[in-house]
Amino acid sequence: MSAATQHPSSRWTDEAMTRRVRRRYISERIFRGTGLAAISLSVLFLAFLLWNMGSKGIGGFTQYEAQLPIDFTKTDLFLDPAALKGPDARETVAGADLTTALSSAAQAAYGRDAAEMFSDAAVEKLTDKIVADPNILTGSTTLWLPVGSKVDVAAKGNGDPAAERVVNLLNQKHALHRAFNMQFLTGADATDPSSVGVWGALKGSFYTIMVTILLAFPIGVLAAVYLEEFAPRNRWTDAIEVSINNLAAVPSIIFGLLGLAVFLDVMNLPRSAPLVGGLTLALMTFPVIVIAGRNAIKTVPPSIRDAALGVGASKMQVTFHHVLPLALPGILTGTIIGVARALGETAPLLMIGMRAFVAAPPTGISDPATVLPVQIFLWSDEVDRGFIEKTSAAIIVLLLFMLLMNGLAIYLRNRFERRW
Amino acid sequence: MDMKEKQPITPVTPVPTPSVAGEAEANRNGPSTTKPNSGSAKGSDMPLDGSDKLPNLSMAQLENIQDTSDEYIDPAREPKMYADNVSVYYGPKRALQDVSIRIYEDLVTAFIGPSGCGKSTFLRCLNRMNDTIPSARVTGRITLDKEDITSSSMDVVQLRARVGMVFQKPNPFPKSIYENVAYGPRIHGLSKSKSELDGIVESSLKRAGLWEEVKDRLQESGTALSGGQQQRLCIARAIAVDPEVILMDEPCSALDPIATAKIEELIHELRGRYAIAIVTHNMQQAARVSQRTAFFHLGELVEYGTTSEIFTNPREQRTQDYITGRYG
Repeated sequence: MSAATQHPSSRWTDEAMTRRVRRRYISERIFRGTGLAAISLSVLFLAFLLWNMGSKGIGGFTQYEAQLPIDFTKTDLFLDPAALKGPDARETVAGADLTTALSSAAQAAYGRDAAEMFSDAAVEKLTDKIVADPNILTGSTTLWLPVGSKVDVAAKGNGDPAAERVVNLLNQKHALHRAFNMQFLTGADATDPSSVGVWGALKGSFYTIMVTILLAFPIGVLAAVYLEEFAPRNRWTDAIEVSINNLAAVPSIIFGLLGLAVFLDVMNLPRSAPLVGGLTLALMTFPVIVIAGRNAIKTVPPSIRDAALGVGASKMQVTFHHVLPLALPGILTGTIIGVARALGETAPLLMIGMRAFVAAPPTGISDPATVLPVQIFLWSDEVDRGFIEKTSAAIIVLLLFMLLMNGLAIYLRNRFERRW
Repeated sequence: MDMKEKQPITPVTPVPTPSVAGEAEANRNGPSTTKPNSGSAKGSDMPLDGSDKLPNLSMAQLENIQDTSDEYIDPAREPKMYADNVSVYYGPKRALQDVSIRIYEDLVTAFIGPSGCGKSTFLRCLNRMNDTIPSARVTGRITLDKEDITSSSMDVVQLRARVGMVFQKPNPFPKSIYENVAYGPRIHGLSKSKSELDGIVESSLKRAGLWEEVKDRLQESGTALSGGQQQRLCIARAIAVDPEVILMDEPCSALDPIATAKIEELIHELRGRYAIAIVTHNMQQAARVSQRTAFFHLGELVEYGTTSEIFTNPREQRTQDYITGRYG
C-alpha cells in the first residue's frame, strides 16, 4: 500500500535504488572481466604451446650438410665404374664399405674428431651419387653430405665438446650449411635421428584413420538412425542406449585390450597393422558418432517429418530424403570430434603392437606400421638428443595433419549446410 | 438445396440470416419435442444462464444430432469420407469419444471448438497421421469411398497421397520451391518425364495461386518465401499428388490477415475439385469458408450441421455459448 502512496518517479531515483543500480553495473563488469581473463589465459596457453613446439620442432625440418672433399683413388672401395651399369649397380655400391671411406675422408679433411661426423643418411646420399655418375670414382671430388646426429645437434647449439670442435672447424672453412630435410618428410623410423622421417607414421595414421572412418561412420550413422527413427521404445532399446552412452566413456586403453583379445588372438589378424588399429579405433569412435547422430536427428523439426508423411512418403523415404540430410551437418560435427580423438590416440594402439620399430612406410592396411602419436611417443623415449627436435617436429606434423582433416570435414559440413 | 422434405424432424429452416435470440431459442426447442428424454432439460434449464452447467448428452442424443444434421444432404449421396464412432486414446486417456462425421465432395467441412477439444486429433485420424504417435490408439471405422482406411490392409503411404494434409505452421522442405512441389509426384512416380513433372509443378503452383509470384525463382529455397507464400506452397505440394481429400489443420493461424484472406480465397477455388476438411480456431473463418461445420468440445462431437445452421441457429446450448464467445 505504501508503494502506491509514494510518488513513482522518486522511487526510481532514491538512495537504495541508485546503490542497487551501481551494484548491478559492478557485478556485470566483474563478470565480463572474468570471462575476458579466462579467454586470455587459454589463448596464452595455446600461444605458448605453439611457440614451444614451433621453436623446438622447426629444427627438425632442417639438416646440416657438410662439404667433404673425397679422393676415391685413396679409398679402398674397389669399385669398377665400368661395372656399375644396369640394375644391379645399387646393390654393388651398397656392398662396398662406404662408411669407412667416408670416415677416412672426413678424418683426412677435418681431423680425428670428425671420424664419425657422417652417418647412414650420408652413406645413402653418396650411394645415390655414385650410382648416378660412376665416373666420379676415378678421381677426387667435393660433395655436400648430411652430417650425423652428433654434429647436427652441435651445429644447432646443443652438442658435446668433440662435436662442437668439428662444427667450429667446419664453420671456419665455410664447409657447413643448413638445408631442408627432405628425409624427414619422406622417410620412416630409423635408429639414427638424422635419418628418421614421419612419412611412415603419416601413412600409417592415414590408413588407420581411413579404416576407422569407413567402419565407424556408416555403422554409427545407421545405428543412430535406427535407434532414433525406427526402434520401438522398450527395455531392450533402453539397455542399448545406456550401453552406447557408457561405451563412449570407457578409457581408450581398454579398447586396446579388447582389440588385442578379439582381433589378434581370436581373429588372427596381422599384428601392428593399420587394419587392426583402425578396427580398434572404430570401436572407440562408434559410440561418439551414434550419440552425436542421435542428437542431430532429434533436432530435425517434427514438422518436416509431418510434411513428408503428409504427401505420402514412406518412413524410409522420410528418413533418407529429409531427416538424414538435415541432420548430416550435426552428424559430421560429431564425427569430426570422434575421428580427431581417434587420430590422436596412442594407448590402444600400443596394445595391438603398433609401437613396433617399422623402418619402411606401409604399402597397405595389413603391413606393419605405426601412427604419428605413437611415433611421437616412441621418439620422446629415445636417448639420443637428436630425437628431441624430431619429436617436436613430428608434433607439428601431427597438428597440421589434424588441421587438414578437420578443415576438410568442416568444409564438407558447410557444403551440406549451404545446399538447404 | 439438398434439403429433404420428407424428413419428419425438420422444423428448422436453413435460412442463413441471423435470427434474434428468442427466435433461436424457440427453434432450438423445436426438435427437442420429438426427443422427450432430453426435452425437459433443454426447455427449462438451459436458457440465458451462461454459467449453467453444460448438459451432458447421452450417446443416443449425439446420434440424433448427427442424424438430423444430414437433413440438408441428399441421403442417397455417398460421403467421400465417413467416420463411424471414432474414438482416440493417448495411452489410457481418451482424447476423442465416438465421433461420427460425413465429409462430402465439393463441400468444405469446418471443425471448430476450443483448444484441446480433439478436432485436430480427429483430422489426423482421417489420413492416419496419428500412426506416428506410438501411444495413440484409434477405434471405430473410417472409410474413404467405402474403403476402410483403418484396416491393416490399407497402405498408409497411398492413403496419405489420396488424403493430403496442410499443417498449422507452414512447413516447406528446406529445398527449392520446385523440389517442394515435385517431391510428392516424384516419390509416387506420377510423371514419366522431366517435362511432365515441370507441368505438374506449374499447374499445382497455379492452382495454389502462387505461380505468378514464384515462376521466376523456382530454384530458390522454399523457406525464403513469406509465411503466406510458404503456406500456399504447402497447399501446392499437397495438391501436386492429386489427392481426393485435403485436410487443413488451422492453416491460417500463423498468418497475417491478408495472407489469411488469400488462403481462404484459395479454399473457395479448391472446393470444386476436392473434399476439404479444415480445423480452425477462428469462427468467422469457419463461417466464411465452410458449408458444413462440426463443433467439438472436450473430445465429443457436440453438433454437426450446415454452417448456417450452426452459426445462426444452433440446437445445442454449448454450441451457442461457444459461437457467442462465452468460452473457448
